[in-house]
Formats: sequence, C-alpha cells, structure tokens
Amino acid sequence: MTPGPPLPRWVYAPALLGAAFILAPLGAMITRVDWNDFLALITSDSSIAALLLSLRTSTVATILCLLAGIPLALVLSRGRGRAMNLGRSMVLLPLVLPPVVAGIALLYTFGRRGLLGASFEAFGIQIAFSTTAVVLAQTFVAMPFLVISLEGALRTVGTRYENVAATLGAGPTTVLRRVTLPSVAPALASGAVLAFARALGEFGATITFAGSLQGVTRTLPLEIYLQRETDPDAAVALSLLLVVVAVAVIGLARRHPGTL
Amino acid sequence: MVAAALVLGSMTGCSSGDPDAQITVLAASSLRAPFAQIAEEFQRDNPGTTVRFNFAGSSDLVAQLQQGAPGDVLATADEPTMAMATAEGLTASPTVFATNTMTIVVPIDNPAGVTGLPDLTDPELNVVVCAEQVPCGAATTRIEAASGLEIQADSEETSVTDVLNKVATGEADAGIVYVSDVATQAGSVTAIDIADDVNSTNEYPITVLAASNDQQAASAFVQTVTGPQGQRILTQAGFGPAPTASSENRS
Repeated sequence: MTPGPPLPRWVYAPALLGAAFILAPLGAMITRVDWNDFLALITSDSSIAALLLSLRTSTVATILCLLAGIPLALVLSRGRGRAMNLGRSMVLLPLVLPPVVAGIALLYTFGRRGLLGASFEAFGIQIAFSTTAVVLAQTFVAMPFLVISLEGALRTVGTRYENVAATLGAGPTTVLRRVTLPSVAPALASGAVLAFARALGEFGATITFAGSLQGVTRTLPLEIYLQRETDPDAAVALSLLLVVVAVAVIGLARRHPGTL
Repeated sequence: MVAAALVLGSMTGCSSGDPDAQITVLAASSLRAPFAQIAEEFQRDNPGTTVRFNFAGSSDLVAQLQQGAPGDVLATADEPTMAMATAEGLTASPTVFATNTMTIVVPIDNPAGVTGLPDLTDPELNVVVCAEQVPCGAATTRIEAASGLEIQADSEETSVTDVLNKVATGEADAGIVYVSDVATQAGSVTAIDIADDVNSTNEYPITVLAASNDQQAASAFVQTVTGPQGQRILTQAGFGPAPTASSENRS
C-alpha cells in the first residue's frame, strides 16, 4: 500500500484510545500474574492436558475448515443471484451467533437425540462427550473466518488470469491449482490463521455441546473457566499462556507479508 | 465488622420509609425459582420496596462483591463460599436458612435403566457430574467417598445447570444434581434417590451485606426468607429446613 495523503490529526486521539482499550486489560491481567508459581501453574497435569488438547483440536478443526471452506468460498465467489447472496449471509451466521447458541444448535444436530446424531448412534458412533464434539464445535465457529477472508480475496483478484489460462487450454482443475489458489495464497494463509485462533479460543459452544473432561473435552478456555472457581492465580497464569499462544500464531502469520 | 455494619445501618436506616427503596439480592443460581417467588410476596407486603436479583454461581458472587459489585443481601449455596465473604469483611453474621441434598437424575424415559448409584460406575453409560471445584461437585465427591463407589463421569461440568441440561436433552444417561433442581426440569427428568446415609447436605447461608445502603429493607428481606413465608416456598421447591442448631446467627 502507498503511504497516501496525511490523515486528519484528530483521528489519532480516538485511535490511541481504541488501542489502549484493547491493550489495557491484557496489561492489567499481566500485573496479576503470580510469577513465583507461574511455571508450576502452567505445567500442572491438568494445564498441560488442556493445552495439548486445545492445540490438537484446533489443528484438526483448521484442516476441516480448509477442506470444506476453500470449495465453499470458490462457489460463493463465482455465484450470482439472490439465492447465492442469501447463502453467503447464512454461511457467516456463526460469526454473529453467540457461541452458546451454536452449542445448542450443534446439540440438536449431532447430539444423541439430534437430527443426525441419532443415526450415528445407530452405527455405534457416539459424538457426545468426545473429542470429536470439540472439533465439530470449533469447526462450526471458525469456518466463516476462512470463507469470508478467502471469498473477499477471490472477488478482488477477479477471473482475468483464470480466463487466460482456460483459453490456453488448461482444464478447470489445473486452473484452480495453478492459477486461482496461488493468486489468493496470502488470504488463504491469513484465513487459516484466523480460523485456528478462533478455534483455540472457542468456549461457549464447547461447554454447551461437548462437555468438560480432562484430556478429552476440557480445552484451555474451559480449564481457565474451571480453575477460576477455586484458583484465580492458575486461571490468570493459563490466560497469559493462551495470550502468548495467540500472539505466536498471529506473529507466525505476520512473517509472511501480505497475510493479515 | 459488626460495629461497622451497625454504624452503616444507623446512618442509612431511615430509608425504609423511602417509597422508592430498592435492594439487590445476590443469590446462588439454585435459588432462582424460590427467591423470585419470595420477592414477589415480599414486594406485595412491603409496597414501595423493589427487589432485584443477581443470580450466579456462589464463588462468582463473592468474586463480584470483592470487585465492588453493589449488593444488599447475599445467599450462597454452601458455607465455604460464605466463609470467603466473611473473611473478606463483606458481611458479619450469616444465618443458615435452607439445606439441599443431592439426587440422581435420568432422562424422563430412563433409557439406560438406571436404578441407583452403583449404575453410575458403569463406563458404558454417559454419566455427567459437577467438577470438584464447584459446590455441587464437592458434594458429589463426598457421596463417592461415603459410598465407596467410583463414578465413571464422561463430563465434569462447571455448573449444575449444565449437568441438568445434558440429562434433560438425553445427551447423558444420568447425572447428579441438587434435589431442588429437579422441579425446574420436571417434564424432562426423573429423580432417583440417593440413600440418606451416603448423601451429602449443603447448608445455604444468607446475610445482609456490610456495604448495604438500606440495612433495614435488607434485613426485612432476610427475615422473610428465614420466616414461615420463605420456608414454605423453599420447601415447595425441594429445599430442606435449616438444622435448628445452626439456624442461629453466627459471627
């Protein structure tokens, strides 16, 4: 991006206020960290189990988002007409739904007595209280981040190069693989990072839908919520850990120019 | 602390004649239904005084008070959380006004055919309980210790409402909740009693908060809860009476 003409001076005051509003609570939390016991608090069995579970489920959820989200974004970016516009709005619903609503919706879909869950149950597959339930909840809330980011990029890039490639004789799959996806790679990466970060922070849908058991369904946010009941120091230490992981993820994406 | 409460009380005690008096009651989530009903009768008997509620988990309520949340009355679901409030100097003299025991709940059609506590040790069943860190989970742990049974839980929830909902929706085959919770989901769950000799009893204390701006209205509300009117409503909701020995003021 070019530097552009100067911004009006008055913009800086509210901008500073906005930045302070985001950073002050994080700073305030850091002042409450009990540094003497910090390592012990974040390396307890339950903390490690929660962190590993969170990283594992968020990774699988991100892969699922990519597998289903890329095709979805492709179809939506090419679609025309009212039905497609409606579809576009619907796909973004999980972005604005309170996570607890997402949890209730998932419960009535994949729960034992849910729309699909009952059939799974008949085949002996049980989703309730399993790690699969956590992954489903995370995928549900995270996928729109990938779709919105990718679809926007696809529309901006346009179809000129794809048309050229097609004219030169490339088949649809070759065009997709050699032209379309490389042209939106930065957006794809940032969308995946956003989806991963959202999955990592997922709380409401998980606690409503998946339950809470150490090593199986109790992810880091659920562990923080539980620790807060009896051990606020542990909750603060784990919160800081989650912030560090989130910053690391964003930092990783930032190293590649053009993403985020 | 008692002195401080008295001084505060004498400074603001004149407000009972205030036609727009309002008191804020912080109460454990399990008290939602009976307290709403008690407040209705209280407001009818004390025109001009309105009661507003802040229902949450007991330890959440104490944490909110520590951070300066306004409140006139505090009622918690067990004594350890109330002890945290007294230790912080938020209040001086809690009174036990009700007791609550635990029960097994199953979905209304009892799909797993649960008949008692021993069934909950079957790993095949989906069993949901409260995590040990919250009062209902501590009570569940005491039941396990008393009965010598090891419950095979598929989920340890942070609140008793989450346990109840997972049973009510049929996700779980059985759960352990407060006896008073059963009435709130009467259409979707059935209770299966836990024997008295292994069951665990929580005592619910209530108190006027030291920071209350209207000690008189706050005490009046506490008296309604501990009096015959409140006790009748609490009994209907499934709560037990306060043990006579501990129903006196403790400082």
